[in-house]
Amino acid sequence: MRQRKLKGSQSGYRAALAPYSLWAMIFVLVPLVFVAYYAFTDNEFHFTTANMAKFFHSTSSILNADGSTREVHTYIVIALRSLKLAAISTLICLLLGYPIAYIMSRAQEKTQKIMMTLIMIPMWMNFLIRTYAWMTIMQDTGILNNMLAALGLHRIKLIGTETAVVIGMVYDFLPYMVLPIYSIMAKMDDKLLEAARDLGCNSLSVLRRVVFPLSLPGVVSGVTMVLIPAVSTFYISQKLGSGKFLLIGDVIEGQYAANNFHFAAAIALVMMVLLLAVMALFKYLTGHRMNGGK
Amino acid sequence: MRKKWMALFAALAMALPLGLAGCGSVSSGGNVLNVYNWGEYISDGSEGTYDTIREFEKWYEQTYGQKVKVNYTTFASNEDMYSKLASGAVSYDVIIPSDYMIARMAQEGMLAPLNFDNIPNYQYVDESFHGLYYDPENLYSIPYTYGIVGIIYNANVVDEADAQGWDLMWNEKYAGDILQYNNPRDAFGTAMYKLGLDVNTTDRSVWEQARQELVKQKPMLDGLVMDEIFNAMEAGESAIGSYYAGDYFTMVDNQADNVDLQFYYPERTNYYVDAMCIPACAQNKELAEIFINFMLSEDAAIANAEYTYYASPNRLVYENEDYREEMGEETMEILYPELGNFADQYNRYAYRNLNDETLGYINDLWENVKIN
Repeated sequence: MRQRKLKGSQSGYRAALAPYSLWAMIFVLVPLVFVAYYAFTDNEFHFTTANMAKFFHSTSSILNADGSTREVHTYIVIALRSLKLAAISTLICLLLGYPIAYIMSRAQEKTQKIMMTLIMIPMWMNFLIRTYAWMTIMQDTGILNNMLAALGLHRIKLIGTETAVVIGMVYDFLPYMVLPIYSIMAKMDDKLLEAARDLGCNSLSVLRRVVFPLSLPGVVSGVTMVLIPAVSTFYISQKLGSGKFLLIGDVIEGQYAANNFHFAAAIALVMMVLLLAVMALFKYLTGHRMNGGK
Repeated sequence: MRKKWMALFAALAMALPLGLAGCGSVSSGGNVLNVYNWGEYISDGSEGTYDTIREFEKWYEQTYGQKVKVNYTTFASNEDMYSKLASGAVSYDVIIPSDYMIARMAQEGMLAPLNFDNIPNYQYVDESFHGLYYDPENLYSIPYTYGIVGIIYNANVVDEADAQGWDLMWNEKYAGDILQYNNPRDAFGTAMYKLGLDVNTTDRSVWEQARQELVKQKPMLDGLVMDEIFNAMEAGESAIGSYYAGDYFTMVDNQADNVDLQFYYPERTNYYVDAMCIPACAQNKELAEIFINFMLSEDAAIANAEYTYYASPNRLVYENEDYREEMGEETMEILYPELGNFADQYNRYAYRNLNDETLGYINDLWENVKIN
């Protein structure tokens, strides 16, 4: 890291950074190196690209409703499904979280504190327990369906559907969207908004031309913090999807259970590269906006 | 520079799979016995029950005039237990793993042969539990509990006439009400027992047959579950699933008012045995044998069987009138079905260790089933 301003006290600066560097090396860098190392070796630790080939070439036959079968690329289908569910959840989190963050940032200080606490309270509970709670809410004989039945409405099938998985993800990850956007918006100068209005913007264009561009860094980190855990979750899909949806996290877990660390590492590596690419693209697009492009 | 390499080397050493079983050099001063068992797998004195560990300590002091201290710790899975022992960081005197893990540990030289002179109560373990595949010469282990997988169904949903064999789990009539295991070995097992296939084969075409059967079943499933089956069956969410007999009783105890759970054994099914062993690294082997003998004595064995609700291979337990009465006739019939010779059935149908290649193949097939 280059630190021009601190040139004079560089050695002191380095010393202060040493514990963190060591920590990062042991717990970030070394594991990453091992993931890559495992991904490209076989059980005898000889170099191989077989794990990568397996990810991209393995096929499964799917039984169609009419009894015929078709071949699909197993892991690509699963990875895309995981990305799809994660992207939907992230989008919903953004649509829900953005207005919440905006309202919160413009509210009175006391209200802000209350709202913040309300968002934080569920996070004090372990997320496994929260996911279990959703199971009992969405079950066929669960709270929601019993309420519908009591009102004389039709029961709906929720548990074991993709909808249930998305609901679970949105619930669990929403705070990670709200908080970074809020912290950026709270710093936004009210004078900027007033100036925009003075210059003839209506509320919508204030939002579009001033608030949104200024809040983009928060949106970027919010999206990152939701998308990544959503792609790799396996617990939510196991519980709320009744184990019927195989997401990439389930596959990695299953490979570990089968003692196949090398292939598990290969999947993890591919997903890491894929996510980095997605995030880089996202950053590029929003960065373009942030720097004043249209 | 050298330090850096040392750190990297240490990290490497930790990451590599541990192939060798080393012995822990923890010396236990005095009369200390380290027991390592599954969680909630021994009568522990809670709610006024028999406190096995304290009773043993009392009995030992009365009999030998010496104090003994039992360190009792628990594990959550055979694999946890195995890796802890294999790391050599700890030393235990008595462990109670499951069958397939005993086979593996015996093969790897991690178990000590038992001295049966110190375990006279072994005579009460029924002869039909001798010669089980994981310990064919009865050298290393003494069975503690056993269980058999059966099919559980909600009689308010399922017609009595349909409740036969594994076919019930493939019955279209109950589509959307059927539960399957969410792990490859158990799920493939159901299909293989249904088709009469060998669950321990390494022949890929046989596994492929089972895969097709599971793919057929997939659209009918309400879910793929493990412990979630309790909640799902008790609440009447799902109507059909398979699990161990002992767990069926837990479900009956908690079933909702409109649910009537029933249980039966299909003709071919899975069995498990958990057995008491002594690791090769044990510090106090004779004391361990005395403890195992105590576990087989009438009071302790009955208390443990009542506490765990699993079947006991010990005649002192299942022939005991009080125990039979406590369990009730219906429960006894389910927990201790007429099997003829247990060893014959068990050796034919129980799951055994598969080689890594086959396990990997099954796992791939399982992913195939699940994306269907």
